Amino acid sequence: MSERVAVRKTYKLFIGGKFPRSESGRSYLVQDSNVSLASRKDARDAVVAARAAAKGWAGATAYNRGQILYRVAEMLEGRREQFVALGVPADEVDAATDRWVWYAGWSDKLPQVYGGANPVAGPYFNLSAPEPTGVVAVAAPESPALLGLVSVIAPAIVTGNTVVVAASPSAPLAAVTLAEVLATSDLPGGVVNILTGHPKETVPTLASHLDVNAIDLTGVADADLATELEVSAAQNLKRVLRPAPAGHDWSADPGITRMTALLETKTVWHPKGV
Amino acid sequence: MTATATSARSDLSELGRSETALRTFLHGLPGVDQVGAEQRAAQLGTRSIKTSAKAQAIDLAIRMVDLTTLEGADTPGKVRALAAKALRPDPADPSCPHVGAVCVYPAMVPYVAEVLRGSGVHLASVATAFPSGQAPLEIKLADTRAAVEAGADEIDMVINRGAFLAGRYAEVYDEIVATKQACRDAHLKVILETGELATYDNVRRASWLAMLAGGDFIKTSTGKVPVAATLPVTLVMLEAVRDFRAATGRQVGVKPAGGIKTTKDAIKYLVMVNETVGADWLDPDWFRFGASSLLNDLLMQRTKLTTGVYPGPDYFTLD
Repeated sequence: MSERVAVRKTYKLFIGGKFPRSESGRSYLVQDSNVSLASRKDARDAVVAARAAAKGWAGATAYNRGQILYRVAEMLEGRREQFVALGVPADEVDAATDRWVWYAGWSDKLPQVYGGANPVAGPYFNLSAPEPTGVVAVAAPESPALLGLVSVIAPAIVTGNTVVVAASPSAPLAAVTLAEVLATSDLPGGVVNILTGHPKETVPTLASHLDVNAIDLTGVADADLATELEVSAAQNLKRVLRPAPAGHDWSADPGITRMTALLETKTVWHPKGV
Repeated sequence: MTATATSARSDLSELGRSETALRTFLHGLPGVDQVGAEQRAAQLGTRSIKTSAKAQAIDLAIRMVDLTTLEGADTPGKVRALAAKALRPDPADPSCPHVGAVCVYPAMVPYVAEVLRGSGVHLASVATAFPSGQAPLEIKLADTRAAVEAGADEIDMVINRGAFLAGRYAEVYDEIVATKQACRDAHLKVILETGELATYDNVRRASWLAMLAGGDFIKTSTGKVPVAATLPVTLVMLEAVRDFRAATGRQVGVKPAGGIKTTKDAIKYLVMVNETVGADWLDPDWFRFGASSLLNDLLMQRTKLTTGVYPGPDYFTLD
């Protein structure tokens, strides 16, 4: 019997729930696999997809969003071996799975912690409720490949934002495999969009894009570049999450700041006693 | 290729005299190679237009837009706002050209006319029982005359598809001739509603019929049926106007309408115009886009080219 021909895999982008090649046709080699090299145009297409998905995702009930994030954890658990084969340590995969569960639990609890009734001097109920900011651009940390990526995506989407992520250039395989997990988790297409390649090409486009509402610069190691990006983000007053100067400890308790940094507050005055 | 062989420079104006002559002529037109037309259109759609050429194409496309609103919910306020947008599509950039025309229902023409007077932006009105065209001839003509009297200088009429598909070509011909007379000085655009004509052969016949009857423009669609303008249909129509000019010396314009939403689509059409009929038609007097949402995408792409930053839909008016 002849030897079986290997089925080689091309790692493509994840935009609008689909896996397209880069519009530029470019690719680069990582761990012997071809990975799409996203262009500025791909970044723009991803923003369009994220914007299209924003309304439906923000309008889904918190309960539903929590269920879907939990479903992501389930699917990730099922693909544990695949990530290990890509070189992600087993305990990192477990930690990443747990992180999805942890954030899934926050979906219907954050409004109580971060919003609430305000005492006011008048006959009104005064209520503040957190609302998603909209489309969030994310520069994912260089490493850890999976846990770092999950730790920036989950807090942004759990509250109803949609994201365009520039994945770590050195570890795109884990990012695309995570995209496959997301694509099979009932997550609506366009809520998470992942661009592989050089963040230096795509992130400046996202930072200056006027249809992006917030940018998370966590993965930008170069301080000058981070400043430059923050300046272009200022053009339409994007919310900016700065990279931590001392680096991040991704295994520590994440706290709620990553979620609350990407929220708006809506306050409603409602007359009472009538 | 699907070029129409115009047998001789015969006197085509005589054709309208009899049903038989019309039928013989229209059915004598060579058939359209469907696969060939579709492939040619797809191939022309792959051209890459970048940087300064793209900037030029975008400005040309903006000048070619017939900014359209044809809704039951149109109000005087809404059409006035649309007309204001036609004059200054991008209020932030004075170098942005105005659009070709505003296209509204006859009842809305007076409100738009006030805003557009003296601006160089044309005022088009649909008429002849748009969009179905299923009304008695007197009503269609009264509709047309009312629109012209109210200030429209371009009339978009619909052909009688029922008669066309039943093979009563003379009836369609006579209606177009009568509408042309009712238009007086106004330009007449003839809507073929290609989505209802079923075949490219019918599109070619309807194009010739409209041109023979005196239409100044042939337009693909009303925008009210599911299949609107497509590249292959426009290709067939462009070939028809090219061959018609070769046969008669009269130039007729083309207007694809409906379903053209992005700058990329618009540029594909411009490439096709240039490759099929040449630069003579690359002018708002001879080629138009019937569209509403296209304009915002053109403006966004234009802003990207001038500022280097991708803008968002939040920065442009909805209508």
